[in-house]
Amino acid sequence: MKKKYSIFSLAKNALSGHKDWQKMWRSPEPREFYDVIIIGGGGHGLGTAYYLAKEHGLKNIAVIEKGWLGGGNTGRNTTIIRSNYLWDDSAHLYEHSLKLWENLSSELNYNVMFSQRGVMNLAHNEHDIKEIKRRVSANNLNGIDSFWLSKEEIQKKVPIMNTDNLRYPVLGASYQPRGGVARHDAIAWGFAMRADEMGVDIIQNCEAHQIRTKNGTIEGVETSKGFLRANKVGVVASGHTGVLAESAGIRLPLQSKPLQALVSEPIKPIIDTVVMSSAVHAYVSQSDKGELVIGAGTDSYNSFTQRGGFNIIEDTIRAMVELYPVFGKMKMLRQWGGIVDICPDASPIISKCDIEGLFFNCGWGTGGFKATPGSANVFAHTIAKNEPHQINSAFNLDRFASGRLVDEHGAAAVAH
Amino acid sequence: MLIINCPYCGPRDQSEFSNGGEAHVKRPDGSKEIGDREWGEYVFIRANPKGLFYERWVHTHGCRKWFNCVRDTSTDEILVTYKLDEKKPNLNDFKSVVKTPSGEPEVGSGNFTVEK
Repeated sequence: MKKKYSIFSLAKNALSGHKDWQKMWRSPEPREFYDVIIIGGGGHGLGTAYYLAKEHGLKNIAVIEKGWLGGGNTGRNTTIIRSNYLWDDSAHLYEHSLKLWENLSSELNYNVMFSQRGVMNLAHNEHDIKEIKRRVSANNLNGIDSFWLSKEEIQKKVPIMNTDNLRYPVLGASYQPRGGVARHDAIAWGFAMRADEMGVDIIQNCEAHQIRTKNGTIEGVETSKGFLRANKVGVVASGHTGVLAESAGIRLPLQSKPLQALVSEPIKPIIDTVVMSSAVHAYVSQSDKGELVIGAGTDSYNSFTQRGGFNIIEDTIRAMVELYPVFGKMKMLRQWGGIVDICPDASPIISKCDIEGLFFNCGWGTGGFKATPGSANVFAHTIAKNEPHQINSAFNLDRFASGRLVDEHGAAAVAH
Repeated sequence: MLIINCPYCGPRDQSEFSNGGEAHVKRPDGSKEIGDREWGEYVFIRANPKGLFYERWVHTHGCRKWFNCVRDTSTDEILVTYKLDEKKPNLNDFKSVVKTPSGEPEVGSGNFTVEK
């Protein structure tokens, strides 16, 4: 039954002490056979199931997740959303996603708390200025809102920023007003709930062990709840995608590394936009609860430990305190690390592969959250039609043989 | 943060080192015959296991020498470091704590301390 949320349902449930809220999704036991199995119950995976059911009429779909929904990188990021990427291919992909974000709360009838408070990318040297201005121009040619802010304009927007008295002074910034942040859990829960209503089986605590193939065709997935047969399998397992691909005999150009973030104790509103700096490596926004949400970098070495090295936090905090001296005495509340899968060209892979019926959506590296609805939307198209959507056709696996890379190292927030 | 045992200088803090990715990668023979795909694999694809991993490090802020290492990527435990001209150790000599085929250690998510 369709679950509706409104002021009336809230009032009604308040009267009964909030004891009668319906479960948002079922917890079914897996069936033996599915048309499509999605491995990975994060935002991208649940979104894929949602769009497969909604736009492509597929009903017999399962999403399998080894932990709990949104417990991986969906719940381990800094929730920044923007589309100011350099190349046409990426700009179209991320802009597609941003447009979906803009309508998502009403489409899902579930508040994903998308707040378009603007995203600023700081320039700290001559080279940054040239690169960022070039990117602003490229964005404008692609119809993406983006403009250059002078130092004075930055000071006006973010008065607490120290722009002059630091090792790498702030010289300007790009600004995308339509960018912002969203609630990370809500996107997973919203997609899960609406996919479940359309009959998608969401199976948690079900770990994929091995992708089974026969004569170049997919057979199914060996899981901790037994073998599940499937016509098609979509792998959306972020840092663990490479491990699963290996089980099907496929080598992907991915390296898995921990990416860290941290939040401070809550304070009164002090910063009303998102400020990112890839040169000194610190980015920050303030959550609705008042915590500063701070993004740090990746470790230099491959690792699957969801914690990350302490030196990375040190670097980021150093940059933060220099940029915002007012934060110097704040305490950090908690820190976490997510395993991201980094592609050589800092662009994702949304592609079919040599095995018929096996699809990958991976390589989002350090910036997958912003792309959640767009990535899910075009991945669902790719799985349903066996052909990429026009928007993701450049993000295929063949580019690592043809050399037609989509080099987005400049626009990716975390240098790698 | 890791303590890395440089085969030339002894145990030092990780901040003195830089990581060089997978070790023992061999350039394919017969560069005229092989196709784009094979070249692409050599250029772009590196092993990325959850578990035991051969990798290279360089002691950047020390002796500046390169060396190899076997590390468990599910725990970050460094099992052995060895010089470039030394024989590659057999992974079967080490115990991996990874329990399931998709590589999850017993307690999950790799968030645990190795008991010595």
